[in-house]
Amino acid sequence: MYVAVKGGEAAIQNAHRLLADRRRGDRSLPAITIEQVVQQLGLAVDRVMAEASLYDRSLAALAVRQARGDMIEAIFILRAYRTTLPRFGSSEPIDTARMKIERRISATYKDLPGGQLLGPTFDYTHRLLDPSLLGDGAVAEPARKEPGEAVMRVSDILDSDGLIEGDGTMPEGHVPGDLTREPMEFPMPRDLRLQALARGDEGFLLALAYSTQRGYGRTHPFVGEIRIGEVEVELDVPELGFAVSLGVIRVTECQMVNQFKGSANEPPQFTRGYGLVFGQSERKAMSMSLVDRALRTEEFGEDIVAPAQDQEFVISHADNVQATGFVEHLKLPHYVDFQAELNLVRRMRRDYETARDGEGDMKEAAE
Amino acid sequence: MNDLATYNFAYLDEQTKRMIRRAILKAIAIPGYQVPFASREMPMPYGWGTGGVQVTASILGPDDVLKVIDQGADDTTNAVSIRAFFQKVANVAVTTKTKEATIIQTRHRIPEEPLRESQTLVYQVPIPEPLRFLEPRETETRKMHALEEYGLMHVKLYEDIARNGHIATTYAYPVKVEGRYVMDPSPTPKFDNPKMHRSEALQLFGAGREKRIYAVPPYTQVVSLDFEDHPFEIQKFDRPCALCCAENVYLDEVVLDDRGGRMFVCSDTDHCEDRRCAGHAGPMLAIEEAAE
Repeated sequence: MYVAVKGGEAAIQNAHRLLADRRRGDRSLPAITIEQVVQQLGLAVDRVMAEASLYDRSLAALAVRQARGDMIEAIFILRAYRTTLPRFGSSEPIDTARMKIERRISATYKDLPGGQLLGPTFDYTHRLLDPSLLGDGAVAEPARKEPGEAVMRVSDILDSDGLIEGDGTMPEGHVPGDLTREPMEFPMPRDLRLQALARGDEGFLLALAYSTQRGYGRTHPFVGEIRIGEVEVELDVPELGFAVSLGVIRVTECQMVNQFKGSANEPPQFTRGYGLVFGQSERKAMSMSLVDRALRTEEFGEDIVAPAQDQEFVISHADNVQATGFVEHLKLPHYVDFQAELNLVRRMRRDYETARDGEGDMKEAAE
Repeated sequence: MNDLATYNFAYLDEQTKRMIRRAILKAIAIPGYQVPFASREMPMPYGWGTGGVQVTASILGPDDVLKVIDQGADDTTNAVSIRAFFQKVANVAVTTKTKEATIIQTRHRIPEEPLRESQTLVYQVPIPEPLRFLEPRETETRKMHALEEYGLMHVKLYEDIARNGHIATTYAYPVKVEGRYVMDPSPTPKFDNPKMHRSEALQLFGAGREKRIYAVPPYTQVVSLDFEDHPFEIQKFDRPCALCCAENVYLDEVVLDDRGGRMFVCSDTDHCEDRRCAGHAGPMLAIEEAAE
């Protein structure tokens, strides 16, 4: 009976065996391959890469399979691998103006150079269950267009008229911070905040972004532009004296154009909120850009009145791997502390009863 | 993808260990001060001992003997898991004997056996900031520590007394280290607080999620906060351990049946076993043995 505390080791082993069994499921069905996950559950893979901050489709797919489709668990597995990788250096900033675009839309202009390009979007699909996907029917080849010239960014169009604030320049010699290598400190500069948001939980950022739309820190946003496509990653190699290409990654970028700001010294201008996410995730990029703008509240001399504007609140709670760990740690044994509380409650109840009985005696005596 | 599973001794790379060791040295130099460090993502969840594991991984050498306890016991699942982790990634000797260990990683308890100079006790810490529940903002609490502004904590303890007649904090009971920093001893029961005072062993505290390391060097003064007319006191149990008859130890309450049957046994399982080996026997021991 008391020996229940013995046997932890065997219990863990058995639990892991059962987990492996449940993960595999019915053995008469073929096991799902990593390639299938990469190809057919691509957006799940994208989310895992984005929130794990590691761009590797195969490893992310492996994590998804290993986690039985639990996204946060998959993100966690991939992050724990990422953290052991050596850092060779920082890439050059990616140039999204040179993106090979697959989707590009703007809500601020009816038409614009480069056009509106819907790309592979769920928008305008009717969310009716599709029985044809029960089987493996033939799928028509999509219409394709030869990639043309680089497509101008909407923010650059506004910028050329001076209607929007600058893209933000860092002071000379500024080394971008690395959230995963330096302890966090508040107040946090925008480069680090954006890093934190880029790996922040999609659901949490979505809810915060939503709250700003409902009045908890309104920013009057317009989607200047969302673009999804491939960009080149380049690394400057000092020995060579020029940047070499490391490869191509797919990213989603959102430039939010927000309510303008002006002063005696500056003409009124729109302000920016920025979102950039690995893979294809419009929801995350849009949420990120709304929250980014909300977090710049102080910069514009506005008062912090809503959760989404509060750096410490947003950044400290955006990381789902941290959050899930700490919430779920409550299932670890706490009986030592609970014993301490139990003793205290018993003592307080005794005190209470003694006091009550004492009062009763006093009353009787008075009567 | 196949060369994926090669990890350094004790999992962390040497650069990371160096960074953590620097934080530890700073923490030792300023007892009770919370040193921010670049906590890494570990292969176990945040809140499950990632801070303690990083500290242990950074100080662990091939000759060390490691003991891991959770709730005072070596055999609780998370202690088993962390011990297995270090066996796997560092191949170090492990033990359940407090006496034999050079490094003891713990969650929620300090062993009953007094620790010695050659030992290091590594605490897993969930919330390192003792002022956190009085002031949620890190920017504010850091200022309060810098200015030694601890009035709020005393007010909280005073309010306890005003409401309940005594201080109603039973674990994570705040202490003052070497007369300067107020420190969270991690959620150990206040029963263990006196063991920290002038302990011969080095005590290191790691909070992974909150990215803080702090320390109590050997022979350092650790005083539990109290008032002259309401002195600090530890929990007392009105009976000895049911298995080894130990008194003045921390006991766990074990529910025996659905008719209110209870037994109280040592929370420190190694201490309990030692005493039983030495021939001490509590009233329930014979029954336990008969059942086995």
